[in-house]
Amino acid sequence: MTSHLARPERLLSMGQQPFEAIVARYGPVVLRVCRAVLGPTAAEDAWSETFLSAMQAYPDLRPESNVEAWLVTIAHRKAIDAVRAEARHPITMEALPEPPASDGVPGGWGSDLWAALSTLPFKQRETVAYHYLAGLRYADIASILGGSPDAARRAAADGIAALRKIYTDLDEGAPR
Amino acid sequence: MTTQDFDRADANNLFAALPEVDAVAQGRLHDRLAAAASDDGILDIAYRTLDSPVGSLLLAATERGLVRVAFACEDHDRILEQLAVRLSPRLLRAPARLDPVARELDEYFAGHRTQFEVPLDFQLSRGFRRTVLFHMNQIGYGQTKSYAALAAAAGNPKAARAVGSACATNPLPLIVPCHRVVRNDGTIGQYGGGTEAKKLLLAMERRT
Repeated sequence: MTSHLARPERLLSMGQQPFEAIVARYGPVVLRVCRAVLGPTAAEDAWSETFLSAMQAYPDLRPESNVEAWLVTIAHRKAIDAVRAEARHPITMEALPEPPASDGVPGGWGSDLWAALSTLPFKQRETVAYHYLAGLRYADIASILGGSPDAARRAAADGIAALRKIYTDLDEGAPR
Repeated sequence: MTTQDFDRADANNLFAALPEVDAVAQGRLHDRLAAAASDDGILDIAYRTLDSPVGSLLLAATERGLVRVAFACEDHDRILEQLAVRLSPRLLRAPARLDPVARELDEYFAGHRTQFEVPLDFQLSRGFRRTVLFHMNQIGYGQTKSYAALAAAAGNPKAARAVGSACATNPLPLIVPCHRVVRNDGTIGQYGGGTEAKKLLLAMERRT
């Protein structure tokens, strides 16, 4: 296979790279975002649904697209679905088994961080995750969540301040 | 340090318990995605690699059948990019679809199999080249045929050169046995996996 395949290599536009490469490159950051927004239990379902939807639509992705913002937009819709489902069936959600702790940090992600994040209002938690974990600009976040970029900036700052306060209180509490 | 830098360092600190890459979870989620995509009929191309006596092999299949076998010297990443452009970018490492061909190849290299039974997808080959592949597939285990004889079998005795290029562009080496096509003078000729690989295969087939 040579002549008819003589395209410029490594110049493939988005929507033409193997989807495997998209999963490898963006899978970890989307998982962090899902975990921060939904907690450890619901995060893996949201991640799976996000990438399944993304793969379905992937061949039509416009070449100039920001893939990370595209994936976070899908993840946001899946997170909304998950929150609505939880509101409808709170008992079912609690009955789900906890996934095995994979970070191996006792008292780490599984407890403290998620406990702190879950005290933030949902939209604030999303804003913090999309900006600080996914690295999206406030303008992109505003177009995903609605509202203005300034409002997103304030929500992120408020969220970080609230998390910092919780951690300070924890640090000053019982020795850890 | 600007406020924003401070905020980011602070946030990184806050999220330190959330691993940047959780390899165990990623592996689990990747497998789940491959299975779900296959169930939904959107896994257009599944692939895996297989270690063999002729080096690492890339095996790729559509829903119709095996579509590409590639040697390590062809650069597996480059081949995957070509498949994404030519066939579909909905392509994942998903070994399940390739398990039957991997098993047959293992049996072949162990000397226990003389022909392959997995379904094949010839869409990467067209026209006369495809006709040549069909006739190439009739050359039995342990036998060889010259480029000229294969050209005659394919209905165009003067097309030995075109047969050579059909061999060189065979998308399914090993399975469609281009290694059994040799020069008219009986010398071994070229091979996509390297002449050493071709010698090894022919010697193995003669021995068994």
